Parts: sequence; C-alpha cells; structure tokens
Amino acid sequence: MAEIQTGTMPGRTRGMGELIDIAGKVTEIAPFGRTLAELASERSDIVGLTADMGRYSDILPFRDAHPDRFFNVGMAEQNLIMIAAGMAKTGKIAYCTTYSVFITRRAYDFVALACAHSMANVKIFAGMPGLVNGYGATHQATEDLNMMRGIADLTIIDPCDATELKQVVRACADIPGTVYVRNLRGKVPVELGPDYVFEVGKAKVLRPGRDVGIISTGYMSARALDAAAQAQENGKDAGVLHVPTIKPFDAKTVLEFASRFDRLVVAENHKTSGGLTSLVIETLYDAGIAKPLIKIGLEDSFFECGSQEYLEAKYGVDTPRFVRAIVEGR
Amino acid sequence: MTVLNHPPSEVDLFALKTRALNLRRKMMMMASGKGEGYIAQGLGMADCLATLYFHEMRYDPQNVGWRERDRFVLSTGHYSIAMYAVLAEAGVLSADELPTYGLNGSRLPMSTFDETPGVEMVGGSLGHGLGQAVGMAMALKLDGSSARVFCEFSDGELQEGSTWEAAMGGATFKCDNLVALIDCNGIQADGPVTVRIDPVADKMTAFGWETLEVNGNDIAALTRALAASREKNGKPKAIVMRTTPGFGIPTIMARDRAHFVRIDNSEWTALIEELERENG
Repeated sequence: MAEIQTGTMPGRTRGMGELIDIAGKVTEIAPFGRTLAELASERSDIVGLTADMGRYSDILPFRDAHPDRFFNVGMAEQNLIMIAAGMAKTGKIAYCTTYSVFITRRAYDFVALACAHSMANVKIFAGMPGLVNGYGATHQATEDLNMMRGIADLTIIDPCDATELKQVVRACADIPGTVYVRNLRGKVPVELGPDYVFEVGKAKVLRPGRDVGIISTGYMSARALDAAAQAQENGKDAGVLHVPTIKPFDAKTVLEFASRFDRLVVAENHKTSGGLTSLVIETLYDAGIAKPLIKIGLEDSFFECGSQEYLEAKYGVDTPRFVRAIVEGR
Repeated sequence: MTVLNHPPSEVDLFALKTRALNLRRKMMMMASGKGEGYIAQGLGMADCLATLYFHEMRYDPQNVGWRERDRFVLSTGHYSIAMYAVLAEAGVLSADELPTYGLNGSRLPMSTFDETPGVEMVGGSLGHGLGQAVGMAMALKLDGSSARVFCEFSDGELQEGSTWEAAMGGATFKCDNLVALIDCNGIQADGPVTVRIDPVADKMTAFGWETLEVNGNDIAALTRALAASREKNGKPKAIVMRTTPGFGIPTIMARDRAHFVRIDNSEWTALIEELERENG
C-alpha cells in the first residue's frame, strides 16, 4: 500500500496522521498495525492492547482482523503494562501501544519490574518518540531512550522507516523478553532499500563513505542519507551507520565504522544525553579512541509547540544541519 | 502428576488449622534465624494461605509451571515469609531451604522474586499485583481454561492508583475467574493505615466486583467465601479480609510497631514458645 506524497502546507502543524516530513517520499500506511495483523494470523499466541490510543498508534488493523485478541484498557498506562505482563506470564506475546511519553514517564516501574525483570514477552510499541509532533513537551518523548536504557534485560529498538518497522514487528515475537520500540505511525516513509535486513543487536552500514562517518538511529538515519546525498554535490562523501538497536548495543560495528573516519557525526531524534550519542562516546572512550565528533540531537530542555519544520530547524535536527556538519565540519 | 484440592472436597477445619499452625511455625523459624522479618503480616495471612493451598486452589506441587494451575499472585512482596512457608508446607520448596530466608545468595529474599519456584511475580513495588492478575485471568479466559487466579493485596496497596486501574480492568473484562483477597490488617510502614480507605467492600462493589467481607483469621469463614467466589457470573470476586497482624502470638498482636520486627534471639525463642503454648 505505497503512495507518493505531494507535500504539505508550509508552517502547518501536522495532526495525528503523518508526523515526520514525508513530502516527496514513498510511504506506507500503518505498517505496525498491518504487519501485526498478518503476524497474528500466523501465531495464535499474539494479543494486542492499547490504553485508549488504538486509533493513534495504528493498531486498529489488528483489532479489525482479530477482535477477540484486542483489548483497550482505557486511559490507564500502568494497567496496560500490568495486564500485558500478566498475559505474557500466561503464555501470550503481548503487543501494547500508547505514546512514548506515557509509557516511559508514567509506567516506568511497571515496565522495569512487571516486564523486564521477568523477561516477560511484552512488546511495547511506543508512539511519537522524540520531536515528532507539535503538541509540546507533554507529547514529545525526548528522553525515552535515556530512561529505558536504565532498565536491565530490556531490548530497545528505534526503526528508521516502514521497511524496517515491519521487520521489527515480526522480529519482536522471537526476541526473548520485553522490547521497547519507537513506533512510527500513519504514513510512514519507505527509506531503506528492498534488500535491507533488520537484525536485532546489529548496526548496519547504509552508505560506506570516505570523509565523514555519521552514526545515527531511527528516522534520523533517513535524514543522514538525504544529507549525505546533498553533501556529495559539495564534494564530501559521508558514510552512514544505522544503529536501530540501542540495547543491546553493537559496540563492535560502531568501533569498526568509527575507526575508518577522521570525523564523526552522531544523530538521534532524542536529547544528546543518555541516548545514542552517549553510547557512542562511551564506546569510543572505552576503546581509547578520541576524534572530532559533532552531536546532532536535542538540547536538555522542554520543547515548544509548532510545525515539524519549525521545530526541527529551531532545535537543529533538520537536513541543512546535517549538511553543515558534513560539509563544514561544524 | 498430583493435583491438589481437585475436585473440591469437604472442608476439614481441623486439618486446615493444623496447616495454618505449621505455616506459623515455619515463619517463626525463618524470622528467628534471620533475626528480623515481616512476621506480623505473615502470621496474619497464615489462615488464608492454608485455606487456599490446602483446600481451594488446584495445583501440582511437583509441576509449578502446569498451565492449568490456579495462580496465586502475592502482590505484597514483603509477605514473602508467608509465601515461602506455604510453598514449603505444600512441598514446592524443601523445608531445608527455609533457614536461608533473607540471607546472601538465597532464593528466598525478603521480598519476592519470581525466580523462586511457585512465585508468580516480582513483588516489592506495591500496586503491581492486581493488574497482572487481571492479565492472567484474561489470558486464561482467552484460552478457555478453567484455571482461576487468586490475588492477595493489602489495604496499604489501596493507596496505589494502579490498584484501582486494575480494579476497573477486572470488572470491564468480566474476570469471573479472578478472586481478590484484600488483606486489611490496618498497618503500613509508618504505623496505622493513615489514608481513609474504608469502606473497602463498598468501593470494590462500586467498581463492579462481587464482594464479601470476612474475618481473615476465621478459616471456616474463609472457606465459605472462597466457595462463593467460584460462581461464574461475569463478575470478579473480592474477599475483604479483616486480619490481625501477628495472629497466633498475642505479644506480636499487641505490638505497636508491627510492620517490621527486629528483636533479640532470646525474644524470638520466647515468641516461639508462646506460639506453641497458645496454639499447640
């Protein structure tokens, strides 16, 4: 169900449908829910839950295909996670959805102790991670990777696009224990090629490059690819390493990639503290490597409401910011 | 395969009282060995646990992962001393392991972990039990299983908002295979229960639960309430148990600060003698 987007009205805050910049992109609609519906047709042990965010988390295709296995627990995120944990401990694989902010800030204790501690088969698809909407700090999970990293025995995945997200939905059923996924909803761009293969715990070189090495996660990897193509016109050849699994972290591939470049850029749709940037710096330091590194990510702040274009430009995570980092090294 | 308490048998009050006394003996042995513990809550729960494990619950002590088992979810993880006592009495744990209660490297920590055989969830952070029990009950219904879920939680935990989220969920999802056992013992960490909690039964009823209130140290009353909880009528069941912390040992029952007991060896010895004198 792919379609090409023609563009959006400049300066307009996107609603609850498409969230990231999809102008000119090939997109797929609701890859999470559609893939989950397919997977559940193959596996009878899958259940799907939401906390009053069915429509806005893309799980409705699953509900429509498997209504007997769909449960809306209402606006009760703690209960969402408790119920999911209880079902997992009774043999189910429980996929649950709401927004990232509500899972991480409100239900943290339950993710840690009811789920991760017991290696419960709970798969959390957390919507609107990072700076992906105009609703302000209440809806912007800009510290979720930092928080979730603190939980032992939890797998954390930040997919790049629809191609990867669909593979992640399937992979989750076989990943032991609890998984936190930064979900992409609505019309989700297709950025990675048809040969792309997601492997949990593995970073992937999307572009080899020569001059600058970009290490990125989530849809920032798509932005890195766009910027690398633009920078090529200025004679700079940037490599892109996509790190979809934040935990467990693929330190080996990151070190191999980083060692090939004199300059690095690390990019994430998250604060530059506690997430991918911190992981990369910790990894380099532990290996005794020090080299110039530009951080593209969010400052330690609560963020404004506004259109995506406005916010990304204001907070320095848009494509021109990437191009400047690659071409000018600042 | 040895499935206990199935099909349901006649109530043998003498046998259940003997079991409850055995549980209290085991708990006192554990607490005196460690020198401390949540003994008052454990003694208060002994009658409920004896009734559950030796009359009401269907399970196989040799196969704690049996899918068709009735689940007992202990939400108050610090009641672990009572949990280990009943698991040993049932033969799930070896009685030889009980003296390791709370010691370094033990499988029997002072707050429950689910690595311990027969323990269904990680306790200790309060307000986690009822929601997970609702999830278990929902999954069992989805599977068409006849197994039931019994979830203990305390009056103190009624102060956790998550307990009420779960209470709404249990009724919404028509968990008539779920029984809440609410231990109203009137104490919490800082002393007497401080927040206005009562009327507990009325609140549970208002939340859509079929509710009974009993003396939680009256085994006959507990067996009747549990028998009533078997009804499949689309409603979850709640049994509000008024228990006395330290029940069976008057010195502990009279203690002002009963939430956590840390006393000298000689005092533990005297309390064990008191348990035998009063109940033996």
